[in-house]
Amino acid sequence: MIFIHDTLLVFRRQARLLLREPAYIVIAMVQPLLFLILFGPLLTRLPAGTLGGATTTDAWRFFVPGLLIQLGLFGSTFVGFAIISDWRAGIIERFRVTPVSRLAILSGRVLRDVCTLVLQAILLVLVGVAFGLRAPLPAIVVSLGFIVLVAIGLASVSYSVALLLKSEDAFAPLINTVVVPLMLLSGIMLPLSLGPGWLQGIARVSPFRYIIDAMRSAYAGHYWNSLMAEGVAVAVGLAAVCLVLGSRAFLKENA
Amino acid sequence: MPIIEASGLARTFKSRKRVVHAVRGVDLTVDEGEIVGFLGPNGAGKTTTLRMLTTLLRPTEGRATVAGADLLKDPLGVRRRIGFVPQAIGQTMGGTDNQAKVIEELHDQAALYRIAAADGARRADLLLRQLDLSGLGDRLVKTLSGGQRRRLEIALGLVHEPQVVFLDEPTTGLDPQSRSNLWGHIRRLRSELGTTVFLTTHYLEEADALCDRVIIIDNGVTVATGTPDELKRHVSGDVVTLKVSGQAAQASTLLAAQPVVRDVAESDEGLRLTVEHGEEALPALLRVLDGAGITISSISLSRPTLDDVFLTLTGRSLRDDSPSSAASRDAAGATGQPDLAAAASGE
Repeated sequence: MIFIHDTLLVFRRQARLLLREPAYIVIAMVQPLLFLILFGPLLTRLPAGTLGGATTTDAWRFFVPGLLIQLGLFGSTFVGFAIISDWRAGIIERFRVTPVSRLAILSGRVLRDVCTLVLQAILLVLVGVAFGLRAPLPAIVVSLGFIVLVAIGLASVSYSVALLLKSEDAFAPLINTVVVPLMLLSGIMLPLSLGPGWLQGIARVSPFRYIIDAMRSAYAGHYWNSLMAEGVAVAVGLAAVCLVLGSRAFLKENA
Repeated sequence: MPIIEASGLARTFKSRKRVVHAVRGVDLTVDEGEIVGFLGPNGAGKTTTLRMLTTLLRPTEGRATVAGADLLKDPLGVRRRIGFVPQAIGQTMGGTDNQAKVIEELHDQAALYRIAAADGARRADLLLRQLDLSGLGDRLVKTLSGGQRRRLEIALGLVHEPQVVFLDEPTTGLDPQSRSNLWGHIRRLRSELGTTVFLTTHYLEEADALCDRVIIIDNGVTVATGTPDELKRHVSGDVVTLKVSGQAAQASTLLAAQPVVRDVAESDEGLRLTVEHGEEALPALLRVLDGAGITISSISLSRPTLDDVFLTLTGRSLRDDSPSSAASRDAAGATGQPDLAAAASGE
């Protein structure tokens, strides 16, 4: 109970501070749509069959899950920046010296980030529908569920790594080095099946590749298959492992 | 009754194959209702000690009780009963968010201590009035002046009416007027609420004006404690400067023979005597010179400053901008002290 009270307290504070930045709200709404609007239409002109189907709808069913994962990847790994400036402002210490649950300092923030990402994802899907995406509603709900799991895991790790590094100059290159290859190896823009064997082999290490495959399967109307099982297992496992790793930095006696 | 009791408190940091003893052994006692100043040169272990006493850093050795709770066994109990106002300069700031409103910071802080919303709102209003922040509740923190912001940070440390409040360099970076204004608030904290105040400071005049008692730390060990007056008397002694017309050498010999005189030095300004209990010794010294027929043209008595105490005890000046402290910083650099700060924050 106390943990939930504390989590909601941190959540409300973080949400309130976020909503006070109008520039952020505009950026948060526009940014996820850029790829959809400026890159998506290219895919619909590819030769039929390249993206696994023959129609424009197939292209959007391929592309939107990829964009959702891209949103999750970038949206949640960059949250750590905010905690570095909060640490510098003395806010982390201020909280740690009160009886508040130290884990709630993390969970309240992650909850805020998950909510932000889900709202962005819904917006992305809606605009996708306007462009020609047709997917069953349950599939969209499933894809949002995946986004929640990805966000929980990545945001937790992002916060804890940032809190350990305490330097934007170290954090930014680290994030780029990790996230860009992960994104490329997930088949977000184009199917990995187009690539040579060695690339497909390397891509097996990217957890997001399994999650995207599961989402694409759902968008095509197939829920009960091995792709979905793998995707769910990977997403739940990733979230759990990352959450545990992330918690450790916040539960440490000294920070 | 002691409200803070620490014995053998120590903290070592391991960084890159080197072990740094930031604090080697702090023994201290603070009684209820005292205002205690914790002084030490840069890198002496002040902040590390403060972070240990406020549960931000786990001691590697020693034990302490703070406000009746055991630091190691019941850190949560300590956190409930203490207030902490971090230092507002250097690597990290005082803990307020630029984008938050003043009143939101106070309400959030009350909620962190699990104070019910209605009580929290009442406490917040009271603190705004007590700390001269009335009417600023709806302002964003970033629009506050330095002094206002510091008072807000102090208000945050008081929102749950703690038995003891730790202030890390409460007035550093403030202009003299804001500083003396803040001293008034800190004194009232004790006189009206009976709160115990444990503060670190770089300003000797602050320790002198504000603190009932001073604890001095050097090289990670507490080296002296006492009221500012006691320390000045015991450690340094008073300084009498006098000028005689001619016969300086004779006067010097005569005075040096007096039991109350610790030391005599001749300078351009005349004779400089270090004596115990200056105002009582002065008449006797005058009689001695008078009896020898030596004419005094001028005489002055000056009390030692805490900085004199500091120099005597630690060989370093507390003043940041003085040459002796710059020299000590260089010396510290040679022994790897700057890494200490990095290790302390990196932990």
